[in-house]
Amino acid sequence: MKKYLVAALTAFGLSITPAAAEQLKVGFIYVGPQNDGGWTQRHDIGRQAIEAEFGDKIETVFIESVPEADSTRVIERMARGGAKLIFTTSFGFMDPTLEVAKKFPDVKFEHATGYKRTENVSTYSSRFYEGRYVIGKIAGKMSKTGVAGYIASYPIPEVIRGINAFLLGAQSVNPDFKLKVVWVNTWFDPAKEADAAKALFDQGVDIMTQHTDSPAPLQIAQERGLHGFGQANDQIKFAPGAQYTAIIDNWSPYYIARTKAVLDGNWVATDTWGGMDTGMVEMAPLTNLPDDVKAMAEETMRLIKSKELHPFTGPIAKQDGSEVAAAGVVMDDGALAGMNFYVKGVDDKLPQ
Amino acid sequence: MELFEAFVLTVITAATPLLLAATGELVTERAGVLNLGVEGMMLVGAVSAFAVAVTTGSPILGILAAMVAGVSMAAIFAFFALFLVTNQVATGLALTLFGLGVSGMLGASFVGEPGVKLAAIHLPGLSELPLVGRILFGQDPLVYGSLIILLGVSFLLKRSHVGLVVRAVGDNHHSAHALGYNVLMIRVAAVLFGGLCAGLGGAYLSLVYTPQWTEGMTAGRGWIAVALVVFSSWIPGRLLIGAYLFGAVTLLQFHLQAVGVPVPSQFLSALPYAATVIVLVVISRNRRLLRTHTPAMLGSTFVPDK
Repeated sequence: MKKYLVAALTAFGLSITPAAAEQLKVGFIYVGPQNDGGWTQRHDIGRQAIEAEFGDKIETVFIESVPEADSTRVIERMARGGAKLIFTTSFGFMDPTLEVAKKFPDVKFEHATGYKRTENVSTYSSRFYEGRYVIGKIAGKMSKTGVAGYIASYPIPEVIRGINAFLLGAQSVNPDFKLKVVWVNTWFDPAKEADAAKALFDQGVDIMTQHTDSPAPLQIAQERGLHGFGQANDQIKFAPGAQYTAIIDNWSPYYIARTKAVLDGNWVATDTWGGMDTGMVEMAPLTNLPDDVKAMAEETMRLIKSKELHPFTGPIAKQDGSEVAAAGVVMDDGALAGMNFYVKGVDDKLPQ
Repeated sequence: MELFEAFVLTVITAATPLLLAATGELVTERAGVLNLGVEGMMLVGAVSAFAVAVTTGSPILGILAAMVAGVSMAAIFAFFALFLVTNQVATGLALTLFGLGVSGMLGASFVGEPGVKLAAIHLPGLSELPLVGRILFGQDPLVYGSLIILLGVSFLLKRSHVGLVVRAVGDNHHSAHALGYNVLMIRVAAVLFGGLCAGLGGAYLSLVYTPQWTEGMTAGRGWIAVALVVFSSWIPGRLLIGAYLFGAVTLLQFHLQAVGVPVPSQFLSALPYAATVIVLVVISRNRRLLRTHTPAMLGSTFVPDK
């Protein structure tokens, strides 16, 4: 009877933690549905990874589709429910996370893609641009027209950084490589993304890449017998003949490391910007590519992992030709984080 | 010329789901009922079409499923708004929210699955004609369907007895009732027809436009359809202009961006909405015509006296 009572009460969000008080409860707040096929799903895979890693030592809970504006209440409920480590996995959860963290000093918080930290709030993000550089190099090798298309969401530094990294990669192979950018002003609208892809293909680009959430652009590439790259997730199922590779967010190593830190009692608030070296940025298998291009891509990944190669190494010039980084100079993280200009070769005016 | 053909082909794809959903809503509104649940009905149509097409491998069965799903959703609306006389605006909004949730639930196991594409018709000879071949004779059945439905609706509303009765019910339900017409049943039929068309519009998205299922994949197209009906002043011919214009300007702004026209992309993104509204408002300047086509009883409830 008591068992049922506990189950019923837990179901209503009232947590009575019986005997297993030593278990660490790890909570996740998701902005989208658990199986969205992209961003949130990758975080949920990270959650499953810590369950597999630590087994009975931990227990995970998650709440999906949490509206950013209403997240304070949800995060607070999770903290009251006994979670001692909480991952809030969207930029918009930043201030709510800080607000709740203030009330629960003994709970550790981890906020994805934000920049505000306190004693019990860490931030973490991923150097997606490293993957962009690799796919840029592939595009530089594989494009026959020497022009790629890029479907972009919003002109924020993260997106602009990706565009520049892609083009720098392509230009390292073909100095005359050009890039056409189309802004769709949305993260998610499959039909609009498809329209943008069609317009770009009709304008003569033969390789597509995108910083939006759906596999629609890849599907169009498949229909046209052309090629492209997956975004956030391996999207090979949607375009078996078109996808060269995909940039995959892999949060699992980070989630495992942070959970371990709490279990070991040595967690401190940090700022992590992980790249390929930490496993946070992964690439899907290289497909539909000749062996020499595969080898080149693998070598580039190796150099990035071993830090011998940084995508933003000079000489880098803006569109107007002015120099941003001299030959051999690597742009620092601060400059990368606030990037608000296009490099030379982008056939577009940056929206302000 | 090749670019022109490619452009027209993409415009047809962009306009068809809007045209399908808007034609249904036009009939619903001409009968005096405002159903704001188009977005929800489209979503349920899209997920049903996708699920059935993937499971059975037949896009045609998918289309049938979408029609059934759209009609079922509309039946929910009809039950509440017409029989229980709830507020139509609130009920329509609730239907959209319900559709968003229920389609997400039904489609949960289909996320990330590649879909089955509805094939285009191929007429040997005709489809290969230069320039016009693919545009006129190489579309998929839903494109032809959308145009046939629109022509049929236009003809029936203007020239047939049935159309006259529907318009009478929408313009003055008391008079229509006094004349012995069953106002409720006519409205139910109009609402169900609206659901059928919205379901087809959803099917077009998940079977042709982007053969995949993701939550909320209509991304506001149901609302654009509702707006098109109003801005076309409830005239089918203008609806056709509006839907194709919206599609054309959407594609045009992507082309302009791709060419590298130095205009802010935010402005270009707003262009399809602005252009469509301006054009439809300009052609609707004739006030007398506008009055005769606006359903006077739009959104008002009717309870037959026993």
